[in-house]
This record gives sequence, structure tokens and C-alpha cells, in this order.
Amino acid sequence: MTGRMMAATRKGLFILERQGEGWQIARSAFLGDPVSLAMADPRDGRLYAALKLGHFGVKLHASEDEGTTWHEVACPAFPLAEGENGPSVLEIWALEPGKQPGELWAGTIGGGLFHSMDGAKSWQLVDGLWNHPLRSNWLGGGNEAPGIHSICVDPEDPQHLTLAVSCGGVWQSRDGGASWRPTSEGIYAEFMPPERRNDPSIQDVHRLVQCPARPSALWAQHHNGVFHSTDAGESWQEVTAIKPSKFGFGVAVHPADPERAWFVPAVKDECRIPVDGAVVVARTTDGGRSFEIQREGLPQRHAYDLVLRHGLAIDRTGQWLAIGSTCGHLWLSGDQGSRWQMAAGHLPPIYALSFAGS
Amino acid sequence: MPLRIVDPGGPIYDGLMVRVSFTPNLRRHLPCPSLDASGGTVGEVLAQVFAQQPRLKSYVLDDQARLRRHVTLYLNSHKADLAAPVVSGDEVYVMQALSGG
Repeated sequence: MTGRMMAATRKGLFILERQGEGWQIARSAFLGDPVSLAMADPRDGRLYAALKLGHFGVKLHASEDEGTTWHEVACPAFPLAEGENGPSVLEIWALEPGKQPGELWAGTIGGGLFHSMDGAKSWQLVDGLWNHPLRSNWLGGGNEAPGIHSICVDPEDPQHLTLAVSCGGVWQSRDGGASWRPTSEGIYAEFMPPERRNDPSIQDVHRLVQCPARPSALWAQHHNGVFHSTDAGESWQEVTAIKPSKFGFGVAVHPADPERAWFVPAVKDECRIPVDGAVVVARTTDGGRSFEIQREGLPQRHAYDLVLRHGLAIDRTGQWLAIGSTCGHLWLSGDQGSRWQMAAGHLPPIYALSFAGS
Repeated sequence: MPLRIVDPGGPIYDGLMVRVSFTPNLRRHLPCPSLDASGGTVGEVLAQVFAQQPRLKSYVLDDQARLRRHVTLYLNSHKADLAAPVVSGDEVYVMQALSGG
């Protein structure tokens, strides 16, 4: 039974616990400080919180007691470069457990992928991706530098990694991160000059998820549409049935049903608010051929909540979904999105949600 | 001009001591009492501080050992950079720049 979730916000981390059919904030941490991401490691229950301190940089903290106490652990950092213009990690934008005990992967704004084999006691920059000649094509996409926001570790083959980069497309490694290639065929960027429209290394994928039960099934919310792959990202098909709009950030896929996915559309890139001021979730149950709009329990008039790329989460059972908005609203659904309840209405702007335990 | 602090310790100047203090905002995140260190410049003094307090380094410097963009240094009553020379009895203040909301 799902019982806990974390909301990472601009002004702290909030841990909610389920009480019957409702959810309550049980405790908080880092109040006043920006928390860009939180992750519950399903292997040992350890919690991680990534901070983005305005003055003092990016930090990573861990908790072994369900978020009651926290301690700082090593943070991914670029090695010292020649000259004075070397990179720095600007934000931890993805954090995923690997297969081996203590193995973690971290994606950053700054464009570095980092690997830890000791539970965040130390991190190594993944050189095979950092030194790839096509990485220089990556663009900032609304941030100062490109960022890796999605890391999918194939549950059937942990040497197979699939990443998404804003703006750098989808990248894959089949050898545990040693070598990489872009796999964005079929994805296009309507905002780029025509000759670069199909360039795999500049695509602005906003979020990428992989179905745990069928790792060859991937869903991507891209800057100008929704894309779906059924061949492990080797090719992509645009999902044109998405409604009420094709722009958005988040996507969630059911853990056992690769054809079942959720999106939270917004008007368009230059107008990032819900269509007609109504917060809705779009769900497909047939692989993207059709969508139903879920709105019960969500505000339908004068609502201007934007759900960012990590603001849509699904639990390991596939029953519970959560969305958190830039307006500090947090809604949960225990029936795959048919009905929603507001669990918190006055949080700071929500960056990321993560279910803990199941 | 040393824009980065890449020396893990920095030279020790016998008898030359500079007081280094930290903004209360930093004390929210980790213990950082005022302490004394030596060096010929602000950067060398801070290198000594980080040798004594390794965890402090990433709060003041970025990955490339540059002063963080939103951290400001004062030498006595004047804004200073890492290259500023110090003399015994000086005080270095590590401040946060006022930014954000």
C-alpha cells in the first residue's frame, strides 16, 4: 500500500503520509531552501533530497529514518578543468537508483551525467557521454546550460541506459555508460531552422519515462508534442491524439501497462498555463490512439497552475498518481486519475514529486 | 591573477594571521565559526581555511574552485577578490550577495 510521498519545492521538502483515503503533511525539511528533486531508493528506503542553494550551490542530503533527520552526502561535481571556464553543476535534475547495491545515477543542469557506486559517498563524471562530439550541439532550453532530467535504467538489462536532455534529445548506452549514441529518430523540433528540425542531438524532450514491465515502451513529452516508442527508443512516433493541447512537461506511464500513460497539457510554449484556466490530466489507455480528459476534483475555472516535468508522479502499484503545480497545489488520485483530491493548497512552487514505498 | 583556489592548502606564512568570518546565512547549513589562517592573499587564506574545514569549500567555491557567483568577499571594510593581498591582523568576511526572492 502506498503510504508516503515527497514534494520538493522552492522553499523546502514536504513529506506526506496517507491516512485512510486522505493525505497529510507529516513533516518538512530544509524550510526556506530550494529543493530541486527528491528520490526514495526502493532498495533500502533511503531518501535523497537535492538542494539548489541560491548562494552556496548544489547539495545532496540523505535520510535513513523516513525524512526525520538528514545528513549531507557527496554531491556530483565536475572535475577541475584546464583554464578558467570549466563547468559547474547548477542543479541535480535527475536521480535514479542503479542495479548494484549503492549504485546511483545523477543527471544535472550543466549537462553532466554522474555515477556513484557507493551510495553517494563519491561520484564520477560519465566521460563517455561528456566527451561525445555531438554533446556540443546541446542547448540550454530555458536554463543557463543543457540538463539531463530523465534517466531510465532498464530493469531487464541495467547496462542499458536511456536519457533525455533538454535540449539534447534521447541518448542511449548499452554498455553501462561507456559509450553513447543519440536515438531521437522520428522526433522533430518545429522551433528550429528547417535543416536542423530532425537533428537528434538538439531535441527538447521535456520528460522521458520507461514502462518497468516492458522497457521497450517509452513515452516522451517534447516541447512541441508527445512521442511514443515501442522499440526501446530506436524510433519514435508522434502521438497526435493528445488533448487539449500538445505542450506540457510531465508524463507518467503505468508500471505494468505500457499503453497507459498520463500527461498534464498546458496551452503552448509561449503561454504556459492550463487551457481555458482548467487543470486537467490527459490519460491514454490504448498506446496514445485516444485520450480521455480527467478533471474531477481539479479546478476548472481561473486556475493557472503549471505542472513542471517532475511534478507528475505515479506510484509502484500504478493506482496512485500525484500532480504538483507552480502555484503550490498538490493533488492525488487513488484511482488512476479518475478523481482527484487536493492534499495541500498552499505549498511553495512545486518542482518535483516522488512516491516513497509501496 | 588567481581566480581559482586550486592549491589544497596554500602557503603558510609564519606569524601572519588573518581572521576569517562567515555570514550567518552560511551557518544555517554547516558549522563555520570564525577562525584564523595565514596566507599572502585572500585566496591563500581561504585555501588554509578549506584545508581545516573541507566541507566548507563547496559552499564558497564552485566545481572549478572559483568564488561562487552569489558569494562576496570583504577584506576589512572593502569588497575584495581572491587576489587581494593581506597583512597580519586583517579580517576577511565571507558574505552572501543579496539576490533572489
